Amino acid sequence: MSDAVGDLGYTQDEMMTVAASRLLTDGMVIFVGIGLPSAAANLARLTHAPEIALIYESGTIATRPNALPLSIGDGELAETARTVVSVPEMFRYWLQGGRIDVGFLGAAQIDKYGNINTSYIGGTYQTPKVRLPGGGGAPEIATQAGEIFVIMRQSPRGFVNRLDFVTSLGGGPRREEARAKGHMPTGKGPSTIITDLGVLKTNLNTDEFILTDLHQGCSAEQAKRATGWDLKVAEQVGQTEPPSVHELSVLRALTDGTAKARDDNA
Amino acid sequence: MTEILSLREAVAAFVKDGDTIAMEGFTHLIPHAAGHEVIRQERSGLTLVRMTPDLIYDQMIGMGTADRLIFSWGGNPGVGSLHRLRDACEKSWPRQLDIVEHAHAALAMAYEAGAAGLPLAISRSYIGTDHESVNPDIKRIECPFTGERLAAFPSIRPDVAVIHAQRADRKGNVHLWGILGVQKEAVLASRYAIVTVEEVVDDLGDTAMNETILPGWTINAVCEVPRGAHPSYAHGFYERHNAFYTRWDPIARDRKAFLNWMEEYVLSCATFADTWNKLEADGYV
Repeated sequence: MSDAVGDLGYTQDEMMTVAASRLLTDGMVIFVGIGLPSAAANLARLTHAPEIALIYESGTIATRPNALPLSIGDGELAETARTVVSVPEMFRYWLQGGRIDVGFLGAAQIDKYGNINTSYIGGTYQTPKVRLPGGGGAPEIATQAGEIFVIMRQSPRGFVNRLDFVTSLGGGPRREEARAKGHMPTGKGPSTIITDLGVLKTNLNTDEFILTDLHQGCSAEQAKRATGWDLKVAEQVGQTEPPSVHELSVLRALTDGTAKARDDNA
Repeated sequence: MTEILSLREAVAAFVKDGDTIAMEGFTHLIPHAAGHEVIRQERSGLTLVRMTPDLIYDQMIGMGTADRLIFSWGGNPGVGSLHRLRDACEKSWPRQLDIVEHAHAALAMAYEAGAAGLPLAISRSYIGTDHESVNPDIKRIECPFTGERLAAFPSIRPDVAVIHAQRADRKGNVHLWGILGVQKEAVLASRYAIVTVEEVVDDLGDTAMNETILPGWTINAVCEVPRGAHPSYAHGFYERHNAFYTRWDPIARDRKAFLNWMEEYVLSCATFADTWNKLEADGYV
């Protein structure tokens, strides 16, 4: 169970969020998805990267929420933002205009090149087995932010060999094809996937994602079993530093605030 | 000329069967009360446009008002799926729903192009994605100056825009602040506009200079509907009712539970005030 606090004193989800937060360096401008990316980005802001600028697609720029938002447009995001712009401005000037260093995304399904599906699974497009919400801001974030980090739990259902639909572009051959057709993805694309088991990286754009780091207590075998493609493992696999007491306490304070907001019936 | 109308009068006057309507709101200021009124007046054959369809479009789709949905993200934020939207897509219940799937950037720019009176919008969208294979509205265009291939898509020009704002005065000037979403663009792109507000005031007087975002002559009807954005929020008036979004999940999951809920809290209520009183009496709020 990924939400169980085991012998290590933290959950695998907490490890994943902490590992993701450490990838963000101070001063970066981050376009943040809701959920896990938002948790990692705010943890970074409240620990080692106080001057990080967090941008949510609802138009809030350099926002500093005290609890993790439940929706992309919570009032607290607006109240604690440096400025709030309209949604067209957000996508036109800030994202397409090239003002974002890192796009931080979650995903329902991902393939070995970092292509993402959030549209449908199974059946046909017209009559899907499971209709997913769609791409939201991700399709343009994936090609227009300087670089993409993805955070998601590793499982064969999520890490698949073939996507039913590409909602957001990754690297690899598909990106090359798009370039050959005259399109201009202005960012480098996905470079890092942080999971509850470890970290996957790619040489930007060209190669498939391979396992480069493992969290404490996780094995390469376990990661391979949780992956729908034949996951390759780096020659030297690093070991993630466990969460510090400080990181854990800040993260838990953030998520406690969110739990309270969720149950609030006011 | 803006008229101050009841919500019932405004929907009766401006929303017709078969219309394309945009009820916008990006998490903030979602016009829920107006959606209920469209359901009560049994509109059908609608094309619904919205970047982020949430509970109110879930209800409208589940009640069979819509044939078509133009959208870019359809979920229950922080909770999960929109089960009525899914049931319509997956099982054609209660009727077939054609979907036109976009990404946020493109749909936002399509509204903007509509407001600007242009036939199309262009952007660096849909690079390497599959949207084009299922959405015939997405075409490619070559920049005549650089040769870059760009995405082109038709502007959004709804028959009616419906938004919720904090305040308006009696001339229909709209005072809206906080998260702005794409409401201004939706109104200016549409032929008619209905605005529900928390309060109609005689004079917006001391309003900050950038907060009266739409002058009265862009608005056809203003309706005073306190709490009309619930369970979303109206900055400065009330907060987002997160618990309601969670409670909606099991109701929407089951067709019968959904129909019962709609009967009780929408169809058998004459106005949104009745709905609110009932929600209050039953411990929802």
